Amino acid sequence: MNPALSLRKFVLGTGLVVLLLLPILATVAGDPYLITLFSRILIYALAAVSLDLIIGYGGMVSLGHAAFVGIGAYVVGILAFHMQDGSALASWPFELQSSNAVLVVWPAAILISASMAALIGAVSLRTRGMQFIMITLAFAQMLFYLAVSLEVYGGDDGISLWSRNELPLIDLGDDRAFYYICLICLLIFLYLSDRLVFSRFGRVVRGAKVNELRMQSLGFPTYRYKLVCFSIAGAGAGLAGVLMANQSEFVSPSLLHWTHSGELIVMVLLGGMGTLIGPVLGAAAMLLMEEVLSAYTEHWMVFLGPFLIFVVLFAKRGIYGWLSGTGVESE
Amino acid sequence: MSELLLETVNLEKRFGAVQASKNLSLRIASGEVHALIGPNGAGKTTVIKQLAGEIRPDSGAIRFDGREITYLPADVRARLGIARSFQITSVFQPLTVEENVSLAVQAHKGHSFRFWRPAAQEPQLVLPARWALERVGLEGRSRVPAAHLSHGERRQLEVGMALAGNPKLLLLDEPMAGMGPGGTVKMTELIMGLKRSLTIVLVEHDMKAVFQLADRITVLVYGEPIATGTPEQIRINPDVRRAYLGDEQA
Amino acid sequence: MLLFLEQLLNGLQLGVMLFLMSAGLTLVFGIMRVINLAHGSLYMVGAYVAATVFLHSGSFILGLLAAITAAGLVGMLVELLVLRRLYGRDHLDQVLATFGLILFFNELTVIIWGRQPLFMDVPDLLSGTIEVIPGAPYPSYRLAIILAGILVAAFLYLLFNHTRLGMQIRAGASNREMIAALGVNIKLLNTLVFGLGALLAGLAGAMAGPILAVESGMGESILILTFVVIVIGGIGSIRGALIAALMVGMVETLGGFMLPALLRLFLPAATADGAGASLASMSVYMLMAVVLVLRPHGLFPVHD
Repeated sequence: MNPALSLRKFVLGTGLVVLLLLPILATVAGDPYLITLFSRILIYALAAVSLDLIIGYGGMVSLGHAAFVGIGAYVVGILAFHMQDGSALASWPFELQSSNAVLVVWPAAILISASMAALIGAVSLRTRGMQFIMITLAFAQMLFYLAVSLEVYGGDDGISLWSRNELPLIDLGDDRAFYYICLICLLIFLYLSDRLVFSRFGRVVRGAKVNELRMQSLGFPTYRYKLVCFSIAGAGAGLAGVLMANQSEFVSPSLLHWTHSGELIVMVLLGGMGTLIGPVLGAAAMLLMEEVLSAYTEHWMVFLGPFLIFVVLFAKRGIYGWLSGTGVESE
Repeated sequence: MSELLLETVNLEKRFGAVQASKNLSLRIASGEVHALIGPNGAGKTTVIKQLAGEIRPDSGAIRFDGREITYLPADVRARLGIARSFQITSVFQPLTVEENVSLAVQAHKGHSFRFWRPAAQEPQLVLPARWALERVGLEGRSRVPAAHLSHGERRQLEVGMALAGNPKLLLLDEPMAGMGPGGTVKMTELIMGLKRSLTIVLVEHDMKAVFQLADRITVLVYGEPIATGTPEQIRINPDVRRAYLGDEQA
Repeated sequence: MLLFLEQLLNGLQLGVMLFLMSAGLTLVFGIMRVINLAHGSLYMVGAYVAATVFLHSGSFILGLLAAITAAGLVGMLVELLVLRRLYGRDHLDQVLATFGLILFFNELTVIIWGRQPLFMDVPDLLSGTIEVIPGAPYPSYRLAIILAGILVAAFLYLLFNHTRLGMQIRAGASNREMIAALGVNIKLLNTLVFGLGALLAGLAGAMAGPILAVESGMGESILILTFVVIVIGGIGSIRGALIAALMVGMVETLGGFMLPALLRLFLPAATADGAGASLASMSVYMLMAVVLVLRPHGLFPVHD
């Protein structure tokens, strides 16, 4: 058997077992904080994987992905706000009551994130390269300022939730149950992405990354495919936002801030772009590093910055590439 | 001569101060191999780009198969049956030879909003791809990543990808570029084998190949056609001799 | 009406700041094809150095000069150590590395100057007001900023149109290979252009000191507006940067002032103010979206 392949399977297998058993391990170790930490890792991993779909596979370097995370979170926050307030969500053109049910709130949040991604993508994808980076950044910032200006929903201070969303039979307020929900969401999204990447659709998107002009001359209207890919990534980010809002029971404009988008890019590149497991490893590495370093110094960013430059200049393949001995999807 | 497949009427294209196409009218019949020749900077590739839809003419019209296509984007034209190969080889390096061609097939098999089934396992993509590979003589190399092909093989693959969608019109932009004598002979035979089954617009510097392959030739100088005719007519045309030989003597 | 004219001057002043930021950055984008997120950090360096030197020496001019020098030097150092290695690489690498630079500079300023913002006084000479428009006294410091911007624009115009170096830089923005073929020392040119951009960013930062709070991360909000300016103006075009900077400055300022007033005509006051503020914060980005829909390469595209 190919040694690289078996190592890959080993990494995946061990990782999955650890994740499945984590709440038990945490209980045995007597450190329930681990459950919270790893829930966060799973959520960020989900956001990073969705970003990798557009950056790693589609070659669309978006510096505004946190906007869609933020939108997902704000849908949860705003609906919760109206539930707590007892007010109607909308009174025109028809009376719309708010909801606290996972089965209503979450699909709505995902749908709204995806639609916003479609809208922003429709304009941004008219450009490429540097302009695309700057435009996605600018649109994300626009939504950030919009969130800040929403005085009703707390403006700068954001919204505090009284409780997590409600699911029949399962109590999401329980951190272990919530952890497993996060894990299931991530695994489902990974599986869907894996199918997607190797499907006809995925091929078109990957081809457009390598040579878009050539794809057009073969007969592919690449714009449409890239736009749909952008929206799918927006949906994934929206789901991550939903989970973030539920985990911390708090939503604020900082979720949409552009440094948040930057962090997601860091996770993707650190873990290994153009692979699906890479971003998961990247999210884990980044958050664990933050956890460890911040225990020693509050100024840990002063080390993180040069570290990133080092990674870019000398360790381009990312953790996953390094582990499995394969590179990122090369040109 | 059989029916008209492609017609351009007075195409004009400027890039700043440079007139890349001027008063360009071509009439290309179905089944014909029509070569565009001319000194460097004559605007041959610009013509290919306008026919393929990568750039738009400033004025004039392009008709293909009875339809006005002047302002249609490249991908729509490709689906109407215009395929092109590139002067600089642009195959998808990380993909295998077969994947490259099946990607080209995919463009012509309905839309690609199919998110679930692995494309590599779809017989309706793989089988036509193998057929195209046979036509360009690469059937033995289908599992090799395109990055590992020789230069000549990549040129063959380039043509194979253009053929995969079963086009009506094939635009070949210097298919022999950078090839040794052996490769040129092989490519000439390949194109010879395609003759009659489809219409070809050929831009090429290798005059031997051009005169061997072309039914008719149009000579461009500074973007403007100065003569059109059979290889024999072009060979003896005084304007053409002046444009070419005059340049060489200078 | 007087209020409107005053806002117009405010818009002009913001436009000038944005021009100082974007003139250098658009050249860095255009010539080196490198996306530099850390340009805002140079602005921040300028502001901190100016505030510190002014505080200790009492001389605003000295602070200004120190800020320009410091930003220029830091800029050239960054170019030599990091950016130079990123030319010709994937934009993604450039984003990540310069993001790393931002994190580094932001934290470094926290370590050196602490988390509390510094406040910088307006120099005595400029602390008064002038009645440029009869009946509407306007702070002379802000007028000085506008004047400085006009001087810089004139300087750049002379540099690019009447000096050899300027011609080379302009040629580089439209055709990089060409100037290499002509035997221009590209490495030196890159460092000089980067230094020039850094210097202008430092100048903007120093001048912003007395208007804004000098704090860690202050570079980012102006950086993003600068990006908007560059995208609207067309990457690599100084003229585009100037016009887009003024447009963005005006829209940003007048939007915040006029939109709530406009909406009050149709809506109850409270709703109008809320919606107006939201719309105003989005207006610049809307402008960018409209420009891009009409002209994907910006108003003054620089051809290859």
